[in-house]
Amino acid sequence: MNTIQFDPAICAQCETVDCLMRCQYIAFTDVDEAKTEKLAINEGRGSRVLEECLTCYACQEYCPNGNNPFYLLVERQEEQGLLPAPRPIVNEQLKMMAPRGRITKETVCPPVVNMCAFPMLTGCVRGKLFENASVIVGTDIFCNIMWLHFAKNSTIRQRVPRMIDNIMDHYLKDAGIEEMICFHDECYGTYTSLAPAYGIEVPFKPVHLFDYIDRRLDDLADHITPLNVNIAYQRPCSNRLIPETDTILDRIFEKIGANRVPRSYDRDTALCCGGVPRAQQRDDLADELVEANINDMLAVGATYCVFNCPFCMATLADEVAENGLRPILVSDLVQKALGR
Amino acid sequence: MKHEDILHRCFRCGYCKLPSNYTDITCPAYLATRFETFSPGGRMWLLRAWLNNDLTVSDRFAEIMFSCAACGNCVEQCAFPGFKDLLLEVFNAGREALLDTGRVPPSVRDYLTCMQHHGNPYGKPGKQRNQWAADLDVPEFSNQEYLFFVDDVGGYDSRGREIARSVTGLLKQVGISFGILPPEAVSDGNDVRAMGETPLFEELAKKNIELFTRHGVNKIITLSPHSLNAIKNLYPEFGGAYMVVHYTQVLAFSMGNLPIRQKPKIGCVTFHDPCYLGRHNKDYQSCRMMLSAIPGFTIVEMDRNRQNALCCGGGGGNFFTDLLAGDTDAPARSRVREAVAAGADTLITACPQCAIMLGDATKTEGLDNRLQVKEISEFIGACLTDA
Amino acid sequence: MKNLIDRLKKIVGDRHVSAHPEEQYLYAMDQGTMPPARPDAVVLPGSTQEVSEIMKLANAHGVPVVPMGGGLVLSGLTRALNGGLILDMKRMNRILSVNPKSRYAVVEGGASQGMLQAHLKKHHPELKHSMPDAPPIATLAGNVCIHGSGHLSVLGGFHSDMLTGMEVVLPTGEIIRTGSCSVSPDWFARAPLPDVSGLFLGWSGTTGIVTKLGIKLFPRYRYNDILLFVAETADIMPDVISRLTAVQVAEDMTPWITPKPEWAKGFLHINIAYGAHTKRELTFKRNLLQMSVRPYIDSKTAGFLPLPPPQKGRFMNIPSPDLARFADVRKGGGFEYVGAIMAIEHFQEAYEAGLEIAERTGVSYSMGARIIGAGHAMMFFYAYAFNRADPEDMERAQKALEETNAVTLAIGGIPWKAELPAQKQILEKMHPETVALMNRIRETLDPNHIMNPGNWE
Repeated sequence: MNTIQFDPAICAQCETVDCLMRCQYIAFTDVDEAKTEKLAINEGRGSRVLEECLTCYACQEYCPNGNNPFYLLVERQEEQGLLPAPRPIVNEQLKMMAPRGRITKETVCPPVVNMCAFPMLTGCVRGKLFENASVIVGTDIFCNIMWLHFAKNSTIRQRVPRMIDNIMDHYLKDAGIEEMICFHDECYGTYTSLAPAYGIEVPFKPVHLFDYIDRRLDDLADHITPLNVNIAYQRPCSNRLIPETDTILDRIFEKIGANRVPRSYDRDTALCCGGVPRAQQRDDLADELVEANINDMLAVGATYCVFNCPFCMATLADEVAENGLRPILVSDLVQKALGR
Repeated sequence: MKHEDILHRCFRCGYCKLPSNYTDITCPAYLATRFETFSPGGRMWLLRAWLNNDLTVSDRFAEIMFSCAACGNCVEQCAFPGFKDLLLEVFNAGREALLDTGRVPPSVRDYLTCMQHHGNPYGKPGKQRNQWAADLDVPEFSNQEYLFFVDDVGGYDSRGREIARSVTGLLKQVGISFGILPPEAVSDGNDVRAMGETPLFEELAKKNIELFTRHGVNKIITLSPHSLNAIKNLYPEFGGAYMVVHYTQVLAFSMGNLPIRQKPKIGCVTFHDPCYLGRHNKDYQSCRMMLSAIPGFTIVEMDRNRQNALCCGGGGGNFFTDLLAGDTDAPARSRVREAVAAGADTLITACPQCAIMLGDATKTEGLDNRLQVKEISEFIGACLTDA
Repeated sequence: MKNLIDRLKKIVGDRHVSAHPEEQYLYAMDQGTMPPARPDAVVLPGSTQEVSEIMKLANAHGVPVVPMGGGLVLSGLTRALNGGLILDMKRMNRILSVNPKSRYAVVEGGASQGMLQAHLKKHHPELKHSMPDAPPIATLAGNVCIHGSGHLSVLGGFHSDMLTGMEVVLPTGEIIRTGSCSVSPDWFARAPLPDVSGLFLGWSGTTGIVTKLGIKLFPRYRYNDILLFVAETADIMPDVISRLTAVQVAEDMTPWITPKPEWAKGFLHINIAYGAHTKRELTFKRNLLQMSVRPYIDSKTAGFLPLPPPQKGRFMNIPSPDLARFADVRKGGGFEYVGAIMAIEHFQEAYEAGLEIAERTGVSYSMGARIIGAGHAMMFFYAYAFNRADPEDMERAQKALEETNAVTLAIGGIPWKAELPAQKQILEKMHPETVALMNRIRETLDPNHIMNPGNWE
């Protein structure tokens, strides 16, 4: 089994313990307490952090040394049998999202857009923005990053290489294509952050949706009608694994005339949408997160609430709409500016 | 029989009898008779019984099979995605197989005989087909943008002719360039096919297609939704591919070109969706757009509207064969009562067959003082003249 | 018979009587596995008076009469075992009145579940009635008479518990009333009178024909939600159900167990439906439900699976066509089920017996239950799909049904709307003096044995 790339010596020298001190959901009396807990985690001992963790991925972004604190935490949770959710909830989802083995070879041509396991969103790939795109989708190419929320690194290790093989063998290899556009942060995070940390080889070049859109908007500059709207962005947990892409999003918003209004819960202080805590049976907390997010969006006078994560959107869309904001995916907002 | 492999898959759950909101019965034959046998599920099971030799054909069997109005409610509401789209095709195939036995209701036999001999169900000479336009300045088709296709009812029925004339008036007013076919045109054949007489339908379709080809027709406006259905959806199989629209689909986008001079002298209008415009061709909007372009009255919806509309009972050839008439639960009578219950004083539709069926029903129901039935072109036309 | 048909035509009109082979064929059977039994004629009455005249005529001539509503029981209760007449009641389908203050509706004997639902949505959006899982054309009277249950059964018990009174035509033609409407113009309750409604509930149409009935209505909530509880072992189910019902928040609770789709196999689910007038109330109720099973959640033994909105919407679709679709599992248009009414503590036994039978007979199955009242009982169902074009497959389902009926009785449960063979099994187990009393009652009500003969004999 590949171990998580992690160096305890780096943590030992760390003075700030940002991974825990900056956590929005677990409070520490002082940095010494955080150090103690972190050491316990590192050494595979018990820590309340392992039980209280919301699995928001943020520590992965906060660590200034790239020492994979979150991946390690999940590893420890699984080692110690500390399931964040009840067993049947984890087990049934494991079966639900298991590869079906129904994948068949398809001829694809670039750009190849990976829609992960979400066939209901394939309609998003349309128009000039995605001209001539080939869409690949299904549980047989599911990125499987969701198991980070359920202490299931073992499933990640087992399934991710198989998904990568599927993508290569059924789509990319025969077509001689090296690039694959990841529609979701989850997939891009899997292939560019998680995979190297877990020692999983990725034979293709993942391209983030934002990167693709940003380039397309240069080609389609003449077709853009600036939206001139205020938007609140709901940054998803998986973007914490790939924070460098958030600045590309800023460029996109600028190009389409969407004003990403500064709010309390965006960028490195983004707040969980509330979806995962529900699976963890923490609905009270989920309610609080939903309310805090929406009040924050309303306070800054946004018209749209923009998502890039379909799960965040499913969790928040109804509430957002009930409060008079318009829920929309990044790609659809861009389509709007392109007159689609 | 074609599609016999799915007959046994019907569970007879009965979703097909109702609209999606369950307000009342929407299967026309089941509504009229209330025997399970006359529901779509009943037909499925009876056809299977016949093929399995559990039943022999009889007059009753034929009446059950031919009373289906082909309205498509069952296709819309059936709970089984695995085969729901084929239901009407199954019933067509059943009627086709029945025709082979020679056991058909007399009115069906008469209808088909007339069609065979005259190319229309009225048994009238073909040369009378265009008499409706005799005193109108309507050119024969030659290089105009559109062919205006007038069905049998518009060509031969006195009420139908009025409707054909009123549509002609509107098409002219909005400046559509159109002509009509010479009298050798024949029935569109839509209802012939619904009765399972596929070879005769093919013959009629091919005659019309040959005529269209000879005149260089590319775009067609139809008077009747039945023609729309036949020419748009069925003719391509025989090589006749055209851009086909119902006349309301043209007018819906040209209402601004009509000089509305007076408000209609009514208070409340409701719209009856013709099956061949609505369920069969999924247009629920054109007519409503036309109505909303006229000021001065309110529009109400009946409980059974759009996908849930109740057929007038004239579909599938029943307009001519009359197998659903007679009782208080005849679909057209139920429909005009529903219009009155919705608070309407005017019931508007967009099909010559529906207009005639519903107009007759108001008289039978004694509602003709409370409810007027108008074909939508007549209704719009009346708003164009000076008060 | 010709003479009888003519006289029936005089009563209900020519169009509403048929002695044709087509109607005889179709009305001889339902969708289940029971063999066909042809009626001589099918009659569609249009009024209570007509029903009364038909009964007088049939009684005078000793002609069997089988009342039928939607004809959807699946267990063959509306077959004409001794020939005679089937009275298809669905022409009498009017919603007669709704009392919004005392929350009841009065409907005709052939009124459908769907039409009452539509009527209330349009005219009384603040009210609803308990819909069974049957298709919407199923009748209210039929469902009440078989002790049906539905989407408000945790709140209000069996649908027969929601009955407030009836108008019934006796086998001898007299028109009687039960409940408050026998004394008062209002149909509010069966109490405080000697309750004769029971003479017509659960008797499978052997004691009279219901021509009107009053049923309880309940508040319709603005906000509605569903929780999906998931467990891996059946042993905890009785306690879980007991805890969830103890907080008295759910309107409906339906455990379900299915081998298809594959991911669901081996898990035990409970759908818990509840509603509220405000969002705060909804959250409060959700918290009560979740707190009630907290020990299971804390031990990670079981919990609630978050549902994406489209899935939630499907679960909240009432009635759901998904249930009828079970008939297409074998691409053969058929399923039948044993609905075992039993005490909740037998859940595990019932479940394991179902698995064992399904495995041994190789039948396509689905299992589940509906909780009745605040955990007072449950209707545990074993549904078996079959291909009606394949006699062997039908036989397999029939065998599974028979065995399930036997197991149900062995566990201490009772098959619901029992098929003829199951009725006999029940009668064998029933206290003999009770059977004798049933016979005396029927003798009194139906001296010529014309009402749905063959049943409960």
